Amino acid sequence: MSEVRLSGLGKSFGAEPAVRDLDLTIKDGEFVVLLGPTGAGKTTTLRLIAGLERPDTGAVHIDGENVNDRAPAERDVAFVFQQYSLYPHLSVYENLAFPLRSPARRLSAADVDARVRDIARMVRIDHKLDSRSTRLSGGEMQRVAIGRALVRDPAIFLMDEPLSSLDAKLRSNLRLELKRIQIDLGSTLLYVTHDQIEAMTMADRIGILSDGELIQIGTPREIYTKPANLHVAARLGHPHINLLRPGLVPCQSIPEGTRMIGARTEHVEVGRPAQPGDANATVDWIEHLGDQNHLHISVSGEKLTLLSDPYSGFKAGDPVSIRLKTPLFFGADDRMISHG
Amino acid sequence: MAEIRIENLKKNFGSFVALKDSSFVVNDGEFLALLGPSGCGKTTTLRMIAGLELPSSGKILLDGEDVTFNRARDRDIAFVFQLFALYPHMNVRKNIGFPLVAQGVAKAEIRARVEETARLLQIEHILDKSVSGLAGGDRQRVALGRAIVRRPKCFLMDEPLGTLDAEFRNVMVHELRELHTRIKATTVYVTHDQVEAMAMADKIAVMNHGLIEQFGTPQEIYDHPATMYVADFIGSPPMNFLGLTDGVAKGSRSVRIGEAAIVVPEVVEEAGEGDFALGVRPEHVRFRDDAKLRGAVYGTEYLGSTQIVTVETADGFCKARVAPDLTFRRGETVGLDLDPARLSLFSKATGKALRTRSHPEVKHV
Repeated sequence: MSEVRLSGLGKSFGAEPAVRDLDLTIKDGEFVVLLGPTGAGKTTTLRLIAGLERPDTGAVHIDGENVNDRAPAERDVAFVFQQYSLYPHLSVYENLAFPLRSPARRLSAADVDARVRDIARMVRIDHKLDSRSTRLSGGEMQRVAIGRALVRDPAIFLMDEPLSSLDAKLRSNLRLELKRIQIDLGSTLLYVTHDQIEAMTMADRIGILSDGELIQIGTPREIYTKPANLHVAARLGHPHINLLRPGLVPCQSIPEGTRMIGARTEHVEVGRPAQPGDANATVDWIEHLGDQNHLHISVSGEKLTLLSDPYSGFKAGDPVSIRLKTPLFFGADDRMISHG
Repeated sequence: MAEIRIENLKKNFGSFVALKDSSFVVNDGEFLALLGPSGCGKTTTLRMIAGLELPSSGKILLDGEDVTFNRARDRDIAFVFQLFALYPHMNVRKNIGFPLVAQGVAKAEIRARVEETARLLQIEHILDKSVSGLAGGDRQRVALGRAIVRRPKCFLMDEPLGTLDAEFRNVMVHELRELHTRIKATTVYVTHDQVEAMAMADKIAVMNHGLIEQFGTPQEIYDHPATMYVADFIGSPPMNFLGLTDGVAKGSRSVRIGEAAIVVPEVVEEAGEGDFALGVRPEHVRFRDDAKLRGAVYGTEYLGSTQIVTVETADGFCKARVAPDLTFRRGETVGLDLDPARLSLFSKATGKALRTRSHPEVKHV
């Protein structure tokens, strides 16, 4: 495992810049997730590191060494794609062993066997080692694909939305597993996704990409509680952050220059009005999502969505009083103004 | 507007049973979601209501009238497959008005109804624009307008949001629900996505292998799942199941998991022999140092407003949804405290929930 450093990395396709002047260091043993929508430059970044694309500007350093002129095979990276690509004629065991049998490696049969069984246990596919890879379910196939990357012990793992083709339940199980395996192996891992939950739950640090630019990088908590700007604030959090004009909802001490207030559900206190005159808002409806109940509230024509206790007893049409406590403040340039 | 009444409806394709004997009522103005994985019979049920498929037996009544063998076009329903198909060479007004033109409605009437529909959908300002230049959301609204302009007795929708990306689907879920609140048309909506069903529906039918496992409001289904299948299908993460060490007797107010005695709502039926499981939703699990039910922290997942903590117990994993500011070490031993009022008990043999004091009325279909 090793450190991977991107400095001033840039790549355009025709006139369209896909990645702009990207500086990013993925530390040894770190799990970094790049989060952004389609077209943000996530996949291009991975391909630049893997050597599948040549940068127009800047350099990729792996373990302190500039690898710009090295072919993909000489870079010691492992790539896991969105679509698992297994060898259909081979068993699970042979699929996992394949990368170890490369002539460049010269591992003994016993070493290969030990490593394959180790990794199979880790990705929980050890009970299917003799099965043909075509006989597996989607989740099992993706676990084999991830396992095949893991057996190699490369400098860095590059993963391109590896869970996005799986159903919700499986995805949630594999998120937890992948994080656990990465910690156990001490792997350096760069993972790209458009799914904020994957980013929040797995990353040591999240990098927010937009139009090829890295807008902010930090721990999930930092990004969530101190977003650099409105764009970042809107990318994380469920329900979405509520954006309100100053003055709409009572709030203590609004800093100078505030153009927009960002109120996450934890920044809003909802109460029953003591007197009918207190109410400044109305409950529109309550959305029972099971794990979360969303309270939809109207305030002078603006709408807010908040989490609510399912047993709070609020009903559609109820008048409520709301106030803000330590919300986020954004200035005219959309950047966050530090609060308090 | 209409009530849809389904009586003992069945459908076989050869020897394959697509829908087992099912009966339910969608009240006038209600939004019903048929929810289940692919192959559960939800689309077949919808197609029979639409008249696109004939039942093997049973009846379908629309507003009291038996329409079981009526043609689809004689049923006065609107079937919405996917919301995106528009006529690219027509403007918004013509797209919305098209079904009325096809019906031979008078011009003045078409104009009035198109404008009324546009008001409902809040797209009056784009009526004379070409559809090819529209953003995704407006395209969806126009497609929806074309379905509602006919003022059918009911809407049948088959995964209309299936192909949209997550962000945009969320927006459309809210708009569909708001539209329903405004026009109150009886709606049957097929989906495999529990979040969509929970967010929009007044009632949900959870289906599995051609059987309606539970029919009720989203809250009932979430709080009092009738079967382990329903408990596992609804919720993200789903309900946790912990196996009981002993049996369960009528009148029990406590059950055992290993060394731990867990207080539960009083069991009000004879449970019989066999293995049982305790069901607990992640938000009803709390951490308490001296709790007897113990496990080791396996992983945490930070979600901003909350976090999910996965704990490995002697009986498998148990997930808890707790405040985001609590910190845990991996491998740390923790005690689990379960909210006694919110627990469910299931027979592992039948998969069905036992009747307890907190939900004595649980209905098995």
